[in-house]
Amino acid sequence: MNAEALLLSLRLAATVSLFLLALALPLAYTISFFQWRGKFLVESVVALPLVLPPTVLGFYALVTMGPRGPLGKLWQSLFGHSLAFTFTGLVLASMLYSLPFAVQPLVASFESLDRRLLDASAVLGADRARTFLRIILPLAWPGVLTALVLSFAHTLGEFGVVLMVGGNLPGITRTVSIDIYDRVQSLDYAGAHQTALLLLLVSFVVLSIVYGVNRRVWSPWPAK
Amino acid sequence: MLNVKIRKQFRSDAAQPFVLDANVSFSPGFTVLFGPSGAGKSTLLDCIAGLQQPDSGEIRLGEKIFFDTAGNLSLPPQRRELAYVFQSLALFPHLSVEQNIRYGLEKFPGSEQTERANTVAKNFRIEKLLSCRPAELSGGEKQRVALARALATSPRVLLLDEPLTGLDSSLRRSILEDLHAWNGANRIPILYVTHNREEVDAIGERVVTLVNGRVQESGAPRAVLDAPRSVELAHAAGFENVLPAVVVEHRLADGVMRVSLDHAACEIEIPLGEAEPGSEVRVAIRAGDILIATEPPHFLSARNILPGTIVSLEKRGTMVAIQVKAGTLFQVHVTPGAVRALDLSPGLLVWLVIKTHSCHLVR
Repeated sequence: MNAEALLLSLRLAATVSLFLLALALPLAYTISFFQWRGKFLVESVVALPLVLPPTVLGFYALVTMGPRGPLGKLWQSLFGHSLAFTFTGLVLASMLYSLPFAVQPLVASFESLDRRLLDASAVLGADRARTFLRIILPLAWPGVLTALVLSFAHTLGEFGVVLMVGGNLPGITRTVSIDIYDRVQSLDYAGAHQTALLLLLVSFVVLSIVYGVNRRVWSPWPAK
Repeated sequence: MLNVKIRKQFRSDAAQPFVLDANVSFSPGFTVLFGPSGAGKSTLLDCIAGLQQPDSGEIRLGEKIFFDTAGNLSLPPQRRELAYVFQSLALFPHLSVEQNIRYGLEKFPGSEQTERANTVAKNFRIEKLLSCRPAELSGGEKQRVALARALATSPRVLLLDEPLTGLDSSLRRSILEDLHAWNGANRIPILYVTHNREEVDAIGERVVTLVNGRVQESGAPRAVLDAPRSVELAHAAGFENVLPAVVVEHRLADGVMRVSLDHAACEIEIPLGEAEPGSEVRVAIRAGDILIATEPPHFLSARNILPGTIVSLEKRGTMVAIQVKAGTLFQVHVTPGAVRALDLSPGLLVWLVIKTHSCHLVR
């Protein structure tokens, strides 16, 4: 089993899910609590990675991040090296790829909140920020946890986007799924099996946590 | 004094969109906002609180302007210094009772927060519950906590949207007494929404009725609700009989007029009202205001005595609802004791006795 690839995948998944949460929270907040023209467009863009083949997404990410792409050029001028085939580039592309898995659980949990609680908070003098921190976040925490866990698991298992944007550089962009693919290509079925089984177990545990929490099996808050 | 003059239209699929069009003032003390469900009572409160925006108009508390389309001004709810207890109460489920109460006290220094929380907890008798979560409380306790949380902030207006629904009447009375005591010390406008007639009588300094988005009447509860002037209000105020009628003649000297019910099936006498002979009106009569006799009554002051037959009897709690066909169909409420004493049963010939002033002309 390739420990380097596994550690890289875990690092990538952890980084992506944390940054993605920071991006998805305000995005989900605006989608859930504001009515504006063009909202449906943003919702469609967020959901796109659900239906696009990862290769399509990876292809455009590569073009954008490449030395001649807009983001690639900007990055080159700022940091002196290209964005494609780096860990950072992988993080950015993976965030895009897992976006719906972070935004949709948040939107779902925000929208299931009793609006009168938010009204009550406003009438009691709390501004939006305080309402968000003291009421919305604590009550929507199963959604937050689901978003974190799903984007973590989804990033852990991605293949197409990584291959397009990251290539196959050991320790930098060679993730677990690519490692498995390589081993199968070189007929190392035993090695592929070890890694695949580990990934399967991790995914199963992660999803069990999500469904366990959402059924409120050990929820500290009383049921509504 | 809270002055409200607003208009708000709701888009809907119905041919006639719902329009809230209210022009009304609320003085310090209790005002009951009464009306059938869907009349716009909660919307009116939401507009006053700033949770919904009227299309046009003005909302003012004394010198302080909450909302003014002319001045293009709308204070956010946070700055209106009012308290609002929702029908659902909206207690924060993840916070303790004490944290719920202190939530609205952020603007006060820490020591004052504690003092205010303790005072209001004592006033509403919830000191022992301060560390509980809302889910651990009974219905009445939740209602007390919601009121305490609202009043701890020393609001300048209190909005109550059916806060005591679902409580039994003794519990309701005890909470209302606490609220009355609080109001004695802090005279602010209190708007109390209900469609429960009992609550109106228990609170009633003044009642404002809202029907189809419009303020219809205001005044003392007895004056407004015992003589409703619209069909919707008559139904909401608990008038079981709202009968179509045609005015037959005016008897000006007696201050009455005669109307025929249900295509001239029978005639009754009602107080003189603004309706010309020949015009179609409706007459509202409470089922409890009609007497039943099993023999033709004599020597009575009541002017309306109608022979009829009992169609059905139905026991409802501590009273019996009887349908009597006397020209038209009347709903009559009597006690189970009366049913036994008179041996009332379907098919029995009876006489209905209705005082002239128990009959109300409604539009």
